[in-house]
Amino acid sequence: MAKQVKQLDRVIIRFAGDSGDGMQLTGDRFTSESAVFGNDLMTLPNFPAEIRAPQGTIPGVSSFQVHFADHDILTAGDAPDVLVAMNPAALKANVGDLPAGATIIVDTHDFTKRNLDKAGYDVNPLDLLGDANDALGSFSVHPVDLTGMTVEAVKEFGLSRKDAARAKNMFALGLLSWMYGRPTEGTESFLSRRFAKVPDIRDANLTAFKTGWNFGETTETFVVQYEIKPAKMPPGTYRNITGNLALAYGLIAGGVRSGLPVFLGSYPITPASDILHELSKHKAFGVTTLQAEDEIAGVGAAIGASFGGSLGVTTTSGPGIALKGEAIGLAVMTELPLVVVNVQRGGPSTGLPTKTEQSDLLQAMFGRNGEAPVPIVAPQSPGDCFSAAVEAARIAVTYRTPVMLLSDGYLANGSEPWRIPELDDLPLIDPAFAVPADDGAEFRPYDRDPSTLARAWAPPGVAGLEHRIGGLEKADGTGNISYDPANHDLMVRTRQAKVDRIAESLPPLEVDDPSGHAKVLVLGWGSTYGPIGAGCRRVRKAGYDVAQVHLRHLNPFPKDLGDILRRYDKVLVPEMNLGQLSMLVRARYLVDAQGYNQVRGLPLKAADLAEAIGHLVAEAEGIDVDLSAATTEEV
Amino acid sequence: MTATDLPMPDLRTGTELVPSIAEGETQTGKDFSSDQEVRWCPGCGDYAVLKAVQGFLPDLGLRRENIVFVSGIGCSSRFPYYLDTYGMHSIHGRAPSIATGLATAREDLSVWVVTGDGDALSIGGNHLIHALRRNVNMTILLFNNRIYGLTKGQYSPTSEPGKITKSTPMGSLDHPFNPVSLALGAEATFVARTIDSDRLHLTSVLSAAAAHRGTSLVEIYQNCPIFNDGAFDAIKDRDTKDDAIIPLVHGEPIVFGTGGGKGLVRERETGAIKVVEVGTDAGQVAVGDLLVHDAHDPDPSTAFAISRLTAADYLHQAPIGIFRQVTRPTYDDQARAQITSATQAAPGAVDERLTSLIHGGDTWTVA
Repeated sequence: MAKQVKQLDRVIIRFAGDSGDGMQLTGDRFTSESAVFGNDLMTLPNFPAEIRAPQGTIPGVSSFQVHFADHDILTAGDAPDVLVAMNPAALKANVGDLPAGATIIVDTHDFTKRNLDKAGYDVNPLDLLGDANDALGSFSVHPVDLTGMTVEAVKEFGLSRKDAARAKNMFALGLLSWMYGRPTEGTESFLSRRFAKVPDIRDANLTAFKTGWNFGETTETFVVQYEIKPAKMPPGTYRNITGNLALAYGLIAGGVRSGLPVFLGSYPITPASDILHELSKHKAFGVTTLQAEDEIAGVGAAIGASFGGSLGVTTTSGPGIALKGEAIGLAVMTELPLVVVNVQRGGPSTGLPTKTEQSDLLQAMFGRNGEAPVPIVAPQSPGDCFSAAVEAARIAVTYRTPVMLLSDGYLANGSEPWRIPELDDLPLIDPAFAVPADDGAEFRPYDRDPSTLARAWAPPGVAGLEHRIGGLEKADGTGNISYDPANHDLMVRTRQAKVDRIAESLPPLEVDDPSGHAKVLVLGWGSTYGPIGAGCRRVRKAGYDVAQVHLRHLNPFPKDLGDILRRYDKVLVPEMNLGQLSMLVRARYLVDAQGYNQVRGLPLKAADLAEAIGHLVAEAEGIDVDLSAATTEEV
Repeated sequence: MTATDLPMPDLRTGTELVPSIAEGETQTGKDFSSDQEVRWCPGCGDYAVLKAVQGFLPDLGLRRENIVFVSGIGCSSRFPYYLDTYGMHSIHGRAPSIATGLATAREDLSVWVVTGDGDALSIGGNHLIHALRRNVNMTILLFNNRIYGLTKGQYSPTSEPGKITKSTPMGSLDHPFNPVSLALGAEATFVARTIDSDRLHLTSVLSAAAAHRGTSLVEIYQNCPIFNDGAFDAIKDRDTKDDAIIPLVHGEPIVFGTGGGKGLVRERETGAIKVVEVGTDAGQVAVGDLLVHDAHDPDPSTAFAISRLTAADYLHQAPIGIFRQVTRPTYDDQARAQITSATQAAPGAVDERLTSLIHGGDTWTVA
């Protein structure tokens, strides 16, 4: 039958199923297909901390949301247009996020009494479709026996029923790929590679994928195929990339651009472990990875390697930073380069290991004994993790200091098309190792470069530069132990001045204020870049003015930040915490920054932000703000 | 999960990759003394160890700039400041982890860790056992004075039970660690014990430890004259030391006591090590039937059993010498070998390889 083709400018799809249903893989493949097709996109994986949470239950639901469009987009989207639900729990857990009119494709196979009970359904919601009390009445629901059709399609390969049913995610992927006109070659070659050693499983998955596609094309259940044209993006070569992968590549690039071997000391922790896994693959770049006995040993080994002339790196999440605090202080005192990566997750304590949050900013800033200033760098999107990591390496090596790189769970696992940079465009980092003085003068490890205030870095192995460093207070210049009161005061101030000096190397902030008339400024940092940008776009689309500034450097702040903040009547600081950046800018600049704060373990929503911005615009300009024209539209 | 075959043990010595001084060049103990004033208490055993180390380092014939001392926190951890080598006085308990990173990153360094009973066995216990099991090429000098000195006299994890200290006015309730037993339990490849005041023995053990490729743990009994004076009198006093010290010499029957009147045997029934009288009379054991010390035995059981003869309370008896000295591949050699083989398998300029890496498989171009 001839299918109707409908043009769309953007779609948000959420794949949801049990933890073992392969939803992350399904979403990942759909994302790759969309990336290769040329859409702009953002993704939001969401999964439980348990590897296999109890099957069929709400806590066991794993989902993957992808937002793709024919124009540039900033977020993974607030609310899905399409939900693919593989079981009753997936339906129940996600239906609340859907706007009226959304499409639901549901695998009917697991809607058994037992699974309905587990999900907390008294009656099968699919039995009520079309009835007066149909709870799904405001959605377009397509009940399909995905599992049954998969099992039937792969019968010829003689798999167990369980193995056959496991290919249902590829059936669903095939169906959705048909529906949105995705190219399929990438997934086919992926499946061929992934299951090369198990031909039965490979063929079953390939067959399920193709059968899903064909089902879409032939069934009367789906009458419309959608087309989302490629997005117009700045010229360049692109790939799809997650934040953790980009961050790992950035660390390798930092090593290459500084000519230093990278040494990672790390202890596995969600959601940072993938950086350890990735770096472990790249020994050919001279990268050493040591899986330490604990968080402290991880940073300790990195400091030891830095003392030896490597670029020491340690990767962790908030709880790990808490353990590493004393050692980071040692790196502050010994003034050795060290990149400390914190992929933030929900806290406190063990908190929400697989969910995102920005609540470790003050920990990064102040979480050590004594006056122990540490520069802080934060990426704003998954692809941006690459250049943020290079920047962290630049600061660490140039200024001989630990640097905190604050990613988060959303950036780590989320993905987007990334314009691959030219290596020549990355900064060259000069380790500027100390050399013995020509006149044989005694080496002074705490003599400083007058422009950066960086001390001399002298790895062992050079005659004439023998010296001892450590955690005790250092005498200015010689680095010998000193308990002198005036020297301590000088050294505390010097270490602070050195970190402050980094601001001299930063470019001016980019203020996004298209009209130049905005009275309200939205200030953000880290992964809220997308939602804040999308919120601002909505407000502007509705005809109002708002400015946006996003910080890459949280310590030191860029030199022009204070002036920029004072130019606006109102400053809004949205954060996934209870107001940590807003506390810092209020204290530092005495501006009345107002927080917009949520700690739900999920990214902020553009619609909510638009509303918050709208309120402030109304207040600042003394007008009524009506966003109704813009808020229904995702940007 | 699958495993892969790792290379055979590396039979090089501990300092084989460390540059030596040029032929004809000489070094003296003075070359290794820094300009810093030594600030231990008068009579502290640390002085003797420092002197011995400064005197012994020239014998290694290594370039001074390729020697690094890393320490933690405590009295003994001031050690690096007094040696004119590279050094780091780090934080409490973490020296083994810092040294692990350094030794792995730099094959051309002779890496030494100086630590104490509190630093190594309390706050840093985890790092110590993991350094030992990884067998990173470094030498750990564990100064055991059985007390906390720098924090002024609390009991330590090697203090005898019931010890009255500032924090245990009614007596310590802690059962002590035996550092040698602990190291053997962690499957350390080189474990020895020596005494601060016996310079000859100390030096010979340090030489063997430095020559060992892998982690060497040397426990040094060290007197604290302020907070635990006399803790080692039994093994130092002329009148008692022959009966208190059980000297371990590889390949020799284990004999001690005045006139060699005591020895060790292994009981057939229980496997336990027992002290017997040596001689030909009834109830005595002939020298030929005594336990012969085998430090190279791959099985650490006998060495462990011997280590248990160390008195846990007042130190009236202690085996001294090299308990175990076996060969096992080191972590750092293997880590570097993996990097070398990966690098050799990836020809091409690093910039090109990095460009290719970050492009990955699926890219698209927007004109």
